[in-house]
Amino acid sequence: MSDRERDDHTGIETTGHEWDGIKELDNPLPRWWLWIFYGCIAFAVGYWILMPAWPGLHGYTPGVLKQSARADVVKELKALQIQRGQGEAMLASASLQQIEADPAMQAHALAIGQSVFGDNCASCHGAGGGGAKGYPNLRDDVWLWGGSLEEIEHTLRVGVRSGHADTRMSQMPAFGRDGLLQGAQIADLTEYVVSLSGRPADPAAVARATPLFADNCAACHMPTGVGSREFGAPNLTDREWLNASDRASITSQIQNGRNGVMPTWESRFSPGVIKALAVYIHVNAGGGEPSVAKVETPAP
Amino acid sequence: MTILIDRTRERAPTTGPVSVAERQREKARPKGLYKARTPIYPKLVHGPWRWLKWALLIVMLAIYYITPWIRWDRPGALPDQAVLVDFAGGRFYFFMIQLWPQEVYFITGLLVMAALALFLVTALFGRLWCGYACPQTVWTDLYIHIERLFEGDRNARMRLDAAPLSFDKLWRKVGKHLVWIGIAFGTGGAWIFYFHDAPDLIRTFWVGTAPMTAYVSCAILTFTTYVFAGHMREQVCTYMCPWPRIQGAMLDDQSFQVTYRYDRGEPRGPHKKTETWTGRGDCVDCSQCVVACPMGIDIRKGAQLECINCGLCIDACDEIMDRVERPRGLIAYDTDAAVAARCEGRKPQHRLIRPRTLYYAGALLLVSGLMIQGFRTRETIGVHALRDRNPAYVQLQDGAVRNGYTLKLANHGFETAAVRIRYVGVPGAVLTDPGHPGSGPLVVDLAPNVVTSLRLFVTVPAAAADARAGEAGEDDDDAGQDASFQIISGDDIKVVRTAFDYGSHDR
Repeated sequence: MSDRERDDHTGIETTGHEWDGIKELDNPLPRWWLWIFYGCIAFAVGYWILMPAWPGLHGYTPGVLKQSARADVVKELKALQIQRGQGEAMLASASLQQIEADPAMQAHALAIGQSVFGDNCASCHGAGGGGAKGYPNLRDDVWLWGGSLEEIEHTLRVGVRSGHADTRMSQMPAFGRDGLLQGAQIADLTEYVVSLSGRPADPAAVARATPLFADNCAACHMPTGVGSREFGAPNLTDREWLNASDRASITSQIQNGRNGVMPTWESRFSPGVIKALAVYIHVNAGGGEPSVAKVETPAP
Repeated sequence: MTILIDRTRERAPTTGPVSVAERQREKARPKGLYKARTPIYPKLVHGPWRWLKWALLIVMLAIYYITPWIRWDRPGALPDQAVLVDFAGGRFYFFMIQLWPQEVYFITGLLVMAALALFLVTALFGRLWCGYACPQTVWTDLYIHIERLFEGDRNARMRLDAAPLSFDKLWRKVGKHLVWIGIAFGTGGAWIFYFHDAPDLIRTFWVGTAPMTAYVSCAILTFTTYVFAGHMREQVCTYMCPWPRIQGAMLDDQSFQVTYRYDRGEPRGPHKKTETWTGRGDCVDCSQCVVACPMGIDIRKGAQLECINCGLCIDACDEIMDRVERPRGLIAYDTDAAVAARCEGRKPQHRLIRPRTLYYAGALLLVSGLMIQGFRTRETIGVHALRDRNPAYVQLQDGAVRNGYTLKLANHGFETAAVRIRYVGVPGAVLTDPGHPGSGPLVVDLAPNVVTSLRLFVTVPAAAADARAGEAGEDDDDAGQDASFQIISGDDIKVVRTAFDYGSHDR
């Protein structure tokens, strides 16, 4: 190497590079920079040894620590299952009433219930349980099969018109489609159902439909139309409608006899989770049954 | 005549004159990013300021080490530690005060007050915080004292550092560092007691079952104490700490600071006992103020960034003044304005009340007032009402309309509070509580120190709902009707606004 030029002003050697008359001084690197650089090299060597690093023909070097993100996830999931298992076991061994009455257990059940409800029930019943046309509202006081804790749990376990051996079962016939009733009869029955919920209806049609209702509908909906939880038959005298309350919808239902289906959840969830779900639904529906009101007159 | 204090002159090395050859070598050496530390060997002085420093050192350390061990009886399962930062429970306990995370603004207020107090004190009397109360000063002072015990005073320490390694040097150095590390460990150890029940933690700490954060915090504080107080010392103040710069902005020529009385000292020079004092200043250029300075500066160059106003140079100079039989106070707490006045032959006047001190005092009073008012009106029960949005309303089978609410009631007190809850603003509305069946006014016992979550239903009977639907029409369904919860505890009524949603009321 040739003699290096020395900068007159600073007395420091130049690198010999020159750009447009500007020469680069050959100052040493800052010591802190060098140490960090050496540290990085040392770190990299250690990393190769400890961690998975080098690709090969049949996989990669596993490293001394045998670190694996996938194995970590499996481990964490197992730990989570054990952790949740304790809570579920606690719920499984307690009665539904005990769970609801105990603040700690109730909070636990509500947390599980909310998450399971969101994943499995919300697609039909809505994220808040508000239901939709044809899908029952789980937040009101109308319960086709009963709204007590036990009844809710039972419905969850066996489902409605599901494949379960003990499933809750009822069937509204398609009176029109199957030719059981004529079109005029169905029109009269529609007026009759409208009159049941206290709305104005054609009196002549109601009179004509009275024997029809007694013969065809009263077995499930009861002679007064109040429905029956035994058959899951809706109350026709109240102001809540599973489908819709307008005449066209009522006619359509008598004509086609649509029946909803709810799956059985017994095969999918542990008893603890089903209990949690039942408590969640029960608590958020205000206890399922009309509760005793606590009335306080506001101060004048 | 103007002030002749030369502040622009480069700081002279403090360890004696530098040879020309050394200076040239220094120049030729490539400039690094960081200048190596020049060791400082502060000399032990005796005097009133030194005694004040000893006293404050003991007081500060005592406060730090004893505070976590003070007990404070609190009801139930609440911690009985007077001062406790309970991260796990999300609470800060300070004697009779208990702060929740959402009240952290009280701590902000305290910090603002501390900053304003610091501003005020600095504007009046200079950097007293730096000189006497700052942890860096306190622990460095303690470490220097330990160093003195092992290695002797200034001259002995300089000799020892220059001497080749020997058994004597080795045990002194090792002993000093061991004691330093011991103090550092005690410092880090005491810190963690502020965050956990102290008697419990000291036991679990030694048996190895304490939380990992306790060990990590202890290790970090041990390390920083040892490095900052033992090795870096004045460099922490000069290079790392922002306060010298900030505090410098609080000072003006009326601030009391450790001041070399230029008017009295100059011209300086050695003085023999037989010589007269006329025609010369009182400074005999003995450099005792410099060797006593823990920051390694020469106060005779005027106020400087590094000066922490600790007053040790005052004690050192007074000792010399006594010896040469001149009046004390050649270096003293004084103001630049006073020095300038004496230089011009005027009588110095001290003005403690100045626009700047008035601003600081006013701001301090304002913030203190706000804090006191904040504490006085601090609510013992905090309430939030969350209205169900999905579904916003539910129509019941009899045509009644029901809205669901979640009421979050935080009892900030130490005792169970009974509250009555009412719902007002909606005609005919009935408040029910599905979690607590039964009738009568809704009365809830709120457990202390926790948030109680309450699920509530408000039902408007069919008749009232129909009447509302008739008068409102269909167009303002989503508006809802203004309503409010009243939470009544004793004579206190808290009102939380919400709304009632009638929905599309059809049949």
